[in-house]
Amino acid sequence: MMEDMKSGLDNKTDDAPRIATKELTLSMGPQHPATHGVLRLVLDLDGETVVKCTPYVGYLHRGVEKLSEYRNYFQIIPLTDRLDYISSMAGNIGYCVAVEKLFDIQLPERAQYIRTIAAEMARITNHLLWLATHALDIGAMTVFLYCFREREVILDLFERMSGARLTVSYPRIGGVKNNVDAKWLDDLYRFTDEFPMRLEQYETLIDKNRIWLRRTKGIGIISAEDAINWGISGPTLRGSGVPYDIRRYMPYGVYDKVKWEVPVGKNGDVYDRYRVRMEEFRQSNSIIRQCIKQIPDGPVMADAPKFILPAKDKVLSDMEHLIRQFVLITKGPQSAPEGEIYVATEVPKGELGFYIISDGTGKPYRMRVRAPSFVHVAVLPKLCEGGFVADVIANIGTIDIVLGECDR
Amino acid sequence: MEPLEIAELLKEKFPIEVQDVTNFRDQVSVSVKRDRISDICRYLIDDPDISMDFLSDLCGVDYPERRLRFEVVYNLCSLKYKHRIRIKALIPEDDPSIDSVVPLWSGANWHEREACDMFGIVFNGHPDLRRILMPEDWEGYPLRKDYPLRGPEGFEYRKYEELKELHTHDDEWTIKS
Repeated sequence: MMEDMKSGLDNKTDDAPRIATKELTLSMGPQHPATHGVLRLVLDLDGETVVKCTPYVGYLHRGVEKLSEYRNYFQIIPLTDRLDYISSMAGNIGYCVAVEKLFDIQLPERAQYIRTIAAEMARITNHLLWLATHALDIGAMTVFLYCFREREVILDLFERMSGARLTVSYPRIGGVKNNVDAKWLDDLYRFTDEFPMRLEQYETLIDKNRIWLRRTKGIGIISAEDAINWGISGPTLRGSGVPYDIRRYMPYGVYDKVKWEVPVGKNGDVYDRYRVRMEEFRQSNSIIRQCIKQIPDGPVMADAPKFILPAKDKVLSDMEHLIRQFVLITKGPQSAPEGEIYVATEVPKGELGFYIISDGTGKPYRMRVRAPSFVHVAVLPKLCEGGFVADVIANIGTIDIVLGECDR
Repeated sequence: MEPLEIAELLKEKFPIEVQDVTNFRDQVSVSVKRDRISDICRYLIDDPDISMDFLSDLCGVDYPERRLRFEVVYNLCSLKYKHRIRIKALIPEDDPSIDSVVPLWSGANWHEREACDMFGIVFNGHPDLRRILMPEDWEGYPLRKDYPLRGPEGFEYRKYEELKELHTHDDEWTIKS
């Protein structure tokens, strides 16, 4: 607005009165709805142009890393729910994969498949919420309502699977909490039948929308070299054309047993990152379908009595199992090896890494969470500076952050 | 290249700096002295056969009973060769400082700020070393082992009235006109 006034005045004759202009500091957030949580940005503006952008985080800091030093390995699973609360399943799985690598537990086949299905469902719910809010921020209201309709279906499936819609705590160290039945798999399969058609609906709403294209193309460009240098990961990195996907690089679960592709963008702008995520929907959908077709029967918990909790019915009927359960719950796994491990998994937002140092007691000596959102917020100034205020909103949306994970 | 081979190369190149190499579950950690950390990281990035271009993670660790109390851990990854390695720089308690690696990886910026916030490790040459997750006026370093889980003894949050009083005249919280 100020820029318009300035240029408007410049066209007038010299004797017309001039309005003085100066830089404006704007504090955006932490309660601003478009900051996707409690992110505060201090923007120095010259007219509509952002001269400097300074993010402030920490409003949601709960000290998860400190808390985990005081809890045994089982008790940390619910904490990981609350990191990325949009796709808590992915956070749970990331933690469990790390601890299993530390304890050297081999998972049964069926548990691997269920986890892979669950992780991809989490990816779909996360991207649906991302698309909904990103489009809403830019001004497309309808997509928001459509996305939440589909998200609801998956959340209901999560509820039938684990008992909770959002903070699922479904995976366990050495497997998953309970088996899924054929009816559940059928319902999920029916959803995947329908879902590609829904995706086309979203795309007809925004893909050819001139406002959408003008607001996303050429905005927030980051080159591949810069993106790697900044440590960006996930779809945000792939939008710049780097095919780095941990599911492909260092496979876990059954990602090496199903066919799927890593979608990459070219220009590294908001639009390309949107396209990458839309393509990831289709890949996730396809992974789920293949997993449902291939899933074998069998147990869902590993056979590693030193590290995993005994089944509940055995605890209630057998003294030995009751004692084992008691010791594991109160003291944690006593035969944990000494060592340290960094395991990264590909969560919907990027590379979620758990760096766990074990000193042989039942609790981790130190647990570090490498959160993708934290890294992505750090890069916001680079994306925003030099652009317009309105594009700050598009940039916050495109890096797909959740502040619970950023602040930990 | 196998991570152990990289560790061998590092040993050859920096014989004085490399202290220890451990291998656990196929993950290799190299403990190094803090003095030439920038050179070590620069070597790992620039060597065409290693090419550790991606800084996965950087964090601090506290071992109160050790002579060199702190560690700064660099989890590195090569997007080109898909290999990982972990570098651990050892830091004494009386002078907890190390050179910043922000010139090498811009992504290290916030990780180093966090390590400074949580452990009080100073990163020399960091462009903007402030607290990040804790409030700016916080005292103490929460992730140190001697810091109690529920905060220091007798610690109380400032009351709302006090906070309001404190910020009424604070320029930073108002829009400058």
